[in-house]
Amino acid sequence: MSDATLSPAAMADTMPEQLTTADGKPLKQALIRAQSHARRRAFLLVAPLLAFILLTFVMPIGQMLHRSVHNEGFTWHEDVASGERTRIMANLSQWFDQNELGTEPGEAAFAALAADLVVLREVKAAGQAGTRINYERSGSRSMFTKAARRAQRLEAPFKEAIVDLDEDWLDPDLWRVMRDASSSYTANFYLAALDRTKDADGNVTPVNENRQVYVKLFQRTLFLSIVITFMTFILAYPIAHLLATLPLAKSNLLMILVLLPFWTSLLVRTTSWMVLLQSQGVVNDALVSTGILADDNRLEMMYNQAGTLIAMTHILLPFMVLPLYSVMRPINPSYVRAARSLGATSWTAFRRVYFPQTVPGIGAGALLVFILAVGYYITPALVGGADGQLISNLIAFHMQNSLNWSLAAALAALLLGGILLLYWLYDRLVGIDNLKLG
Amino acid sequence: MANSSRNNAFVEFERVQKSYDGENLVVKDLNLTLPRGEFLTMLGPSGSGKTTCLMMLAGFETATHGDIRLDGVSINHIPPHKRGIGMVFQNYALFPHMTIAENLSFPLEVRGMGKSEREQKVKRALDMVEMGAFGGRRPSQLSGGQQQRIALARALVFEPELVLMDEPLGALDKQLREKMQFEITRLAHNLGITTVYVTHDQTEALTMSDRVAVFNDGRIQQLAPPNELYEAPVNSFVAQFIGENNTMEGTIKEITGNQALVQLDDGEVIRCKPVNVYKPGERARVSIRPERVEYNKDRMQEGAHTIKAEVLEFIYMGDIFRTRLKVAGNEEFIIKTRNAPDQVRLQAGQQIEIGWMPEDCHALDA
Repeated sequence: MSDATLSPAAMADTMPEQLTTADGKPLKQALIRAQSHARRRAFLLVAPLLAFILLTFVMPIGQMLHRSVHNEGFTWHEDVASGERTRIMANLSQWFDQNELGTEPGEAAFAALAADLVVLREVKAAGQAGTRINYERSGSRSMFTKAARRAQRLEAPFKEAIVDLDEDWLDPDLWRVMRDASSSYTANFYLAALDRTKDADGNVTPVNENRQVYVKLFQRTLFLSIVITFMTFILAYPIAHLLATLPLAKSNLLMILVLLPFWTSLLVRTTSWMVLLQSQGVVNDALVSTGILADDNRLEMMYNQAGTLIAMTHILLPFMVLPLYSVMRPINPSYVRAARSLGATSWTAFRRVYFPQTVPGIGAGALLVFILAVGYYITPALVGGADGQLISNLIAFHMQNSLNWSLAAALAALLLGGILLLYWLYDRLVGIDNLKLG
Repeated sequence: MANSSRNNAFVEFERVQKSYDGENLVVKDLNLTLPRGEFLTMLGPSGSGKTTCLMMLAGFETATHGDIRLDGVSINHIPPHKRGIGMVFQNYALFPHMTIAENLSFPLEVRGMGKSEREQKVKRALDMVEMGAFGGRRPSQLSGGQQQRIALARALVFEPELVLMDEPLGALDKQLREKMQFEITRLAHNLGITTVYVTHDQTEALTMSDRVAVFNDGRIQQLAPPNELYEAPVNSFVAQFIGENNTMEGTIKEITGNQALVQLDDGEVIRCKPVNVYKPGERARVSIRPERVEYNKDRMQEGAHTIKAEVLEFIYMGDIFRTRLKVAGNEEFIIKTRNAPDQVRLQAGQQIEIGWMPEDCHALDA
């Protein structure tokens, strides 16, 4: 013992100079040289994967995040045929730079607008610019297309001429939106994704109550995901325990049943739930024919939250069963036996000895199911009806129908941020190294 | 009188049978009584039913037939946690998510003991196994031997009267095993607890136990103190299983009282002590311990039975010499002699005469 504590000091005394190899080179350099070959080879082995991840994961996500704060609809126009980029709304942008927010748009402002409308007409970009303004103030697109059509005939005084076309050109909110849109970078899409907007003075305010959808959807998505996670846990725990305690031959057979859903198409599984659960479906028919339900009182289990809940719980169940099984299988039955022999009832033995050892599996399963549920799209789209839609369905809507990609990107970024936050929270509370996926 | 015998029998197995599949009996008609304070070892090859017996006593298996009594009370229908039996498992079964102190405190906690009393008892139990400084560690941070001590302390901390141990030293290396053997017996005797110990290691059984029950094929073959087991095995299984033995096959020629004449298969007739052979003409297996055979004429005792032998191999083992001989056609005949200064070292090829006392030579069932 005393030898062991002395030796480092003794070493420092006797060997103050640098360690060298037999032929006098510094040991550190020799070591680096010896390892560099292996390190290079290891890097080359992971390089394809690294490139793949960069190309298919990091870049699209980066682009999405960029798009959520960047929109050129009101600043640049790109000609589809020639690819030529033209600056649009340059004059108005200059006026915005020279005048503060809240300045009453006077003749100069309208003159700038008129000049820009001429450019819009020339490059046929009125629709694009109008759409960009329309994202934040509905009804604006037609004003732009209409004004651009008559741009050539506008004459001073421009203010009167333009207001003549549409009274709405005086709306201070429109001018606030145009000011924001005249710069390519904006946080307004995030505000919109959180049901917020700016008033004419640039203060952040909630949008009209009947137009608040996103926060409610985020809440619903969060709530349903938590319920689904909890339900898969309740269902999966006994299954995993059974699988883990049965002899291997039998548990393998049952494992096939657990994995079977993985091998069928998601669409098939979802549509079969539709067959089962719709009001004229198998379950309702069975309940009616056995007299449990009256024919005019059929259960509404499809095209609402119940449908989303049932179908998604089923689809995500294997993701809970597998991590649980993988932590339960190696738990030696002698732990519970030891607890019992030490005087614990079977419930106490489960609670104090068995359950704590399965926590890493529960954490992994819950995290997996929750993250999958939060971003789920197809199943709620098919069986969710109006009130069973999740946030991803709205993201899809903005991607495919409204074509407001910036808003879709902002919503997706918020979702991503939320998940990362939960992941961080999980790491703080449970510890990520406490996670066992298989 | 009945009362005192009841007191004597702390653990009782009465006509206990156990079957897992309804076709084969793993334990066949087990009868065993164990007085308070005894250290009993169940010894046997794997599959002989010894662990099943232990598990029935602990309450993790139910007897298919028969009665198991603890202190006079039938425990067949008492669940394990109410039996108050301490148990040490083969893999120690220390709860990995709890510290050592929490592991030890667990049996006290589930008994509803107060915090200060718990801490006191845990400390005393840790000191008892000389692990006082390890209370805050996790089981995975301890070596096998340390885990073993903790498992022992945990089984003893709630002061059970009966402790069961299922091959607790199986995973340790030889030196540590010998040290722990000593420590376990010392603790068991000091605390006056009754111990049932399961092992397949006969040395362990001999060195630790008050009595050893040798199991084979679901039955107790012999239940006796270690010396009796070694020196007077009741059948050839016990003779073979405990220690080393030289055996020769033959037929009984004559039996008179406690002497039998056995004609070996190569014609030689030798005098033996009959154990479980009863009439002439029966097949018999003659068995003699290697250390009871003498080849040094000066040391040979009066009345020894002598026989010619050829030295095949001499093995120097340090503390002893081990010599392989050819005796009466048996080429695996071993003798062991102490490495004393005046000991003759035999050489391969030598023709010698060996001898043994007839009472050391047992005629057993073939």
